[in-house]
Amino acid sequence: MIEIRGVHKSFGALKVLKGVDLQIPKGRTTVILGRSGTGKSVLLKHIIGLMSPDRGKVWIDGVDITRLGDKDLNEIRKKFGMLFQEAALFDSMTVGENVAFPLREHTRLREENISGIVAHKLEQVDLPGQEGKMPAELSGGMKRRVGLARALALDPEIVLFDEPTTGLDPPMAEAIEDLIIETQRRLGDTFVVITHNITTAFHIAHKIAMLHEGRIAAEGSPRTFRRSSHPVVQAFMARGEEKEV
Amino acid sequence: MLKASKAINLVGEAVVGYVKEMGSMLLLLLDTIRWSIYPPFRLDLLFQQMERVGVKSILVVALTGAFSGMVLALQSFHFSRSFGAETMVGVGVALSMTRELGPVLTSIMVTGRAGSAMAAEIGTMRVTEQIDALSAMAVNPIKYLIVPRVLASIVVVPILTIIADFVGIVGGYVVGVLVLGINAGAFVANMEKYVGLDDIYHGLIKAAVFGLILSVIGCYKGYTTTGGAEGVGKATTQSVVLATVTILMANYLLTAAMF
Repeated sequence: MIEIRGVHKSFGALKVLKGVDLQIPKGRTTVILGRSGTGKSVLLKHIIGLMSPDRGKVWIDGVDITRLGDKDLNEIRKKFGMLFQEAALFDSMTVGENVAFPLREHTRLREENISGIVAHKLEQVDLPGQEGKMPAELSGGMKRRVGLARALALDPEIVLFDEPTTGLDPPMAEAIEDLIIETQRRLGDTFVVITHNITTAFHIAHKIAMLHEGRIAAEGSPRTFRRSSHPVVQAFMARGEEKEV
Repeated sequence: MLKASKAINLVGEAVVGYVKEMGSMLLLLLDTIRWSIYPPFRLDLLFQQMERVGVKSILVVALTGAFSGMVLALQSFHFSRSFGAETMVGVGVALSMTRELGPVLTSIMVTGRAGSAMAAEIGTMRVTEQIDALSAMAVNPIKYLIVPRVLASIVVVPILTIIADFVGIVGGYVVGVLVLGINAGAFVANMEKYVGLDDIYHGLIKAAVFGLILSVIGCYKGYTTTGGAEGVGKATTQSVVLATVTILMANYLLTAAMF
């Protein structure tokens, strides 16, 4: 389980997180919803230790990662996979090399075994046989599929998604959402997705938490979230898909 | 009065900014040293960078060295002829190349070719979250990206300097002996007599220091890039300007300390 308690983060005079408290259940998909610029990505980066809070704690399976040094933090990070907003594929490497990268860095597998795993992971994201392509040759949706294949390469327990459908056309966004649902069901991993897209949130979430003005304003299952009387949630629901509060 | 206080404020801000940047750069250097002594040692990445920084710079460094040696011979010939010391032209060329021009010109050419590429490549990786992706995959970006570039530059810039020195001296010989008609025996004999191994060693120590400077500045500027494509462009330009000025300043200090 992931537990975030009292997390504060400022950049200069700008206070982004002002005491975030959130529990993320194991083996479920939790969506952190909020409008652009509310600090969702900042919160996600705290969960994997890419940023450290000014105040507050982040526990991953009972370990407070805010107190860890580089080496121990890297051990914890091996539990994670992360899909970045624009996929963050290494543009000097092929698709196959991108997916193989974590395997080459953290395992002693032979090259033929790595090739087999890469092919299997690419099949799982509906991109079989694309190993030789360069990231520049791929569409936005394909990049994110490759990013997901890379995130899943080491069979992580927790997968983080940073705005997985932003900038995609509606059919492609839905295809990525279906892929997330299908992958989570198959693997039973803990998925944490941040998005400002309420349609995506209701489509994929077991739990939704709304980040507003640096705090979690409301949280619960999609059903309870939909019924929330919190004015920010109501405003978000009223404005609907892809519109800001 | 108001204008004066504004000016003092601006100067103060610039000084504080510069000191902050130097401090951050020093911290990055210390991190680089720390990560370069922790195993595993990535020889594959080191050789890859040596090829990028070194092998691909050979032609441009050789051309720079050759024309520098040639022009030195031409200039010093006209000067030394006025008091009948034409045979000392070789000494002038060799000392200038090994002590000063070899290491300085080589490192400035490598700054333009490889230092700028380091800033652009790492800067692009920063703004497209590829560096965060490395960290998220439990790969330390300083160990993976910066250590190989810095070590490669420290090793390769002195090797390139040897090439520049050699080609420069040959260029000086061609102009001095074959074009201007200086006696070949005297040209070489005087060079042997007045140029010591110390001159070459000191030049190579300078080159290693310049390799460190250009790579740390290139990597630092890339690593701290913000602001998308425009930020990458700025970081690249700043890395070349800052590294060139720092190399020239360091050259004076090293010359004062060593010779």
